[in-house]
Amino acid sequence: MSALEAAYYSPVGRKVAAKAGLAEPPVLRRGRAYPSGAIVLAELGPSRLGRETLAVLGRPYEAPVIDSGDGDAPGYGDRIGALVVDATDLETLGELEGLRAVLRPALRGLERAGRIIILARPAAGGWEQRAVARALDGIDRTVGKELRRGATSNLILVDPAAGPSSLASTLEFLLQGRSAFVDGQTWTVGAADTAAPSEAPLAGRTVVVTGAARGIGAAIARTLARDGATIVAVDIPAAGESLAAVANEIAGTALQLDITAADAGTRIAAHVATRHAALHGIVHNAGITRDKLLANTDAARWASVVEVNLAAQMRINEVLLAPDQPGGLADGGRIVGVASTSGLAGNKGQANYAASKAGVAGLVQAMAPDLASRGITVNAVAPGFIETDMTARIPFVQREIFRRLNSLGQGGRPVDVAETIGYFLDPASQGVSGQIVRVCGQNVVGA
Amino acid sequence: MNHTVVVVGGNRTPFAKAGGALREASNHDLMTAAIDGLVARYGLAGTRVGEVAGGAVLKHPHDFNLTREAVLSSALAPDTPACDLQQACATGLEATVYLANKIALGQLTHGIAAGCDSTSDAPITVSGDLQRTLHAANRARTAQARIKALAGIRPSHLAPLAPRVEEPRTGLSMGEHQALTTVRWEVTREEQDEIAASSHRNLAKAWDDGFFDDLVTPFLGLSKDAILRPETTPEALAKLRPVFGGAAGTMTAGNSTALSDGAAAVLLADADWAAEQGLPILARVVDAEVAAVDHPGGADLLLAPVAATGRLLARQGLSIEDMDLIEIHEAFASTVAATLKAWADEEYCASVGLERPIGTIDRSRLNVTGSSLAVGHPFAATGARIVPTLAKLLHSRGPGSKGLISMCAAGGQGLVAILEAV
Repeated sequence: MSALEAAYYSPVGRKVAAKAGLAEPPVLRRGRAYPSGAIVLAELGPSRLGRETLAVLGRPYEAPVIDSGDGDAPGYGDRIGALVVDATDLETLGELEGLRAVLRPALRGLERAGRIIILARPAAGGWEQRAVARALDGIDRTVGKELRRGATSNLILVDPAAGPSSLASTLEFLLQGRSAFVDGQTWTVGAADTAAPSEAPLAGRTVVVTGAARGIGAAIARTLARDGATIVAVDIPAAGESLAAVANEIAGTALQLDITAADAGTRIAAHVATRHAALHGIVHNAGITRDKLLANTDAARWASVVEVNLAAQMRINEVLLAPDQPGGLADGGRIVGVASTSGLAGNKGQANYAASKAGVAGLVQAMAPDLASRGITVNAVAPGFIETDMTARIPFVQREIFRRLNSLGQGGRPVDVAETIGYFLDPASQGVSGQIVRVCGQNVVGA
Repeated sequence: MNHTVVVVGGNRTPFAKAGGALREASNHDLMTAAIDGLVARYGLAGTRVGEVAGGAVLKHPHDFNLTREAVLSSALAPDTPACDLQQACATGLEATVYLANKIALGQLTHGIAAGCDSTSDAPITVSGDLQRTLHAANRARTAQARIKALAGIRPSHLAPLAPRVEEPRTGLSMGEHQALTTVRWEVTREEQDEIAASSHRNLAKAWDDGFFDDLVTPFLGLSKDAILRPETTPEALAKLRPVFGGAAGTMTAGNSTALSDGAAAVLLADADWAAEQGLPILARVVDAEVAAVDHPGGADLLLAPVAATGRLLARQGLSIEDMDLIEIHEAFASTVAATLKAWADEEYCASVGLERPIGTIDRSRLNVTGSSLAVGHPFAATGARIVPTLAKLLHSRGPGSKGLISMCAAGGQGLVAILEAV
């Protein structure tokens, strides 16, 4: 820790920082904890989707306070834990007033790390209806930025064919602390036959996690193991010591493997085939950076990043998806990629990295429809600023700026990325495919 | 009653020269690391393994229960029993044989054989005089008696005693013994340097091929064997000064093993149990044989494995030609050369009670992924290094492939074993 950093974190430094507007960031709610206050459900039309989904989750709910439209907003008294708005019937601009009327009181009454969750339909219909669909996205992003104290807002587009059971795992994820660092996001839930949400959704299932020796990968392995998964922890042989420690901690197995090796997919499949009945999922977390301005990037620097971050996982997927491959991905399985906000938005000095990480997003969207018939879902997370050994090496002032460049005023934790991946892997998330969810606290950088 | 015993796999730390990257690790740390890597590879965390048998050659007095303590520090369940074994440089192989026999008898379904040694952390003891004086002071009942006893300490008593490396009965070090054998068997400098260079060449290639990806787990930041010199050549080795056998000697630091730090472990199991557990199976432990020679009477100290090899092959009805691969522990390059000469020597084989000579082999089947000259030789670890290495090599050659392990040990002893791929 630099002298500057030490001074900043001293009691005096903290006071000065607070005066300068750099207040302590709010403490986020994490894990499988629901909000402590009441869940309020606002139904803006005849749809009962929100109500029925909360019933699937076994969560009670209360009626909303509705703003009269003038003067001071009525309050909630005791703070509420979450507002779920069922806006799936919303089609006209005029109906947006109904959304305003339920959001206004809730924004004032939301507890620390509370939740705003808006349920809507994917853009469809006529010009006005499509404009309204996009308007909801603008509202969600604004609410995310206006909320304080660690509360988040997210917009879920529910396919008209998707019922409450298809939506349940998503609503559960968003209400719980698992979505702590997911803010201002929009993604789509489709129709699918799903399992009911459970506390250990991955029990009896084997999941491969690459890059599992440290940082985000280790957190993914631990979090999935907490949810019941048996983990095959993969990392390069040189990282074997910490890989073994992670594997032993969660009673999984360590597979020392360079994912860029030509036979990497075969070796993963062989490992799974010997030890386990079937493979439920693979999380392609392993990645590297070789930053340089594009003007200074040579072919080797370019190739190594694209190779590790994208090409290797495509080759591994090909093996694991081959029909009748022993140790391959079972029908109903899961593929999860790890993109990056800086990849999606572009970042100075990271042309190779952006190519690979934006490529991951493209790959996910391309694969999802093709694998739908086998029940295999393909999704990606796009982490923003996450507190890891890698980001700890960024100079302190720059790091402190990066941390605060989002609606939650802090960096995310590896577990936040891991929880989102766990949500994708959940058998109950069968209807979630082809999605890229940013885990960035609504970072100002990014699409 | 007679169960099939198989090698599931192994794990070791990278090996390093004494005083190198692993110098801060004790025997306990090394063995724990080797076990933990094995546990991670085969998903044994929190489980009770039937038995762990292991040992070290250079042991501190407080390491009287080294293996059990390492188990308690490892990720294995704390109710995993363990015992210490010692058979000098063959300790790791002896532990393998011990567990294989228990598994064959049905006493265990599975076990871990291990070995480790830290020459960086070799015990240094006090003189006998000082030890006797301190014991006397300890027995004293009054303060005066204690002072009187302690007053008997002389400056000369305080000199620490470094670990003795010579054979107690001959006063000769291992290298000095081998130097006698080198002369007796007319092993040339060129032959020794070629064996050493080939060991480095083979080991380097194995590392490059990723052969050790599932046999070695990095430790203390060291991810590869540190003694390995991939570029070494017989020409470069020819330039080294002799260290054993006097000025005219042919044994150098380059064709003798370095004092090393490291640990290795092997997972052994009943074949049926391993299959039930979904564990891989590399090779079957076929049989083993131990032998000794009368080195105080002048026999070649490090050639005891020759008699063991002949007796083992005879008992199994096999010949050396049936061995697809052969691992001869490279205590010294000259040990390997002399062993091969002795195998072919009718007179020598007869002198150790063999009906016929063992024969000659194609060198391309010998130590194909390198051996102790290039890898290093943390004494007790070497056997537990070779067993999974050979098992993996045989497995890749297909079912029925057989291999022989020949290990010499201090005290004029030799231990050999045969594995067969399944």
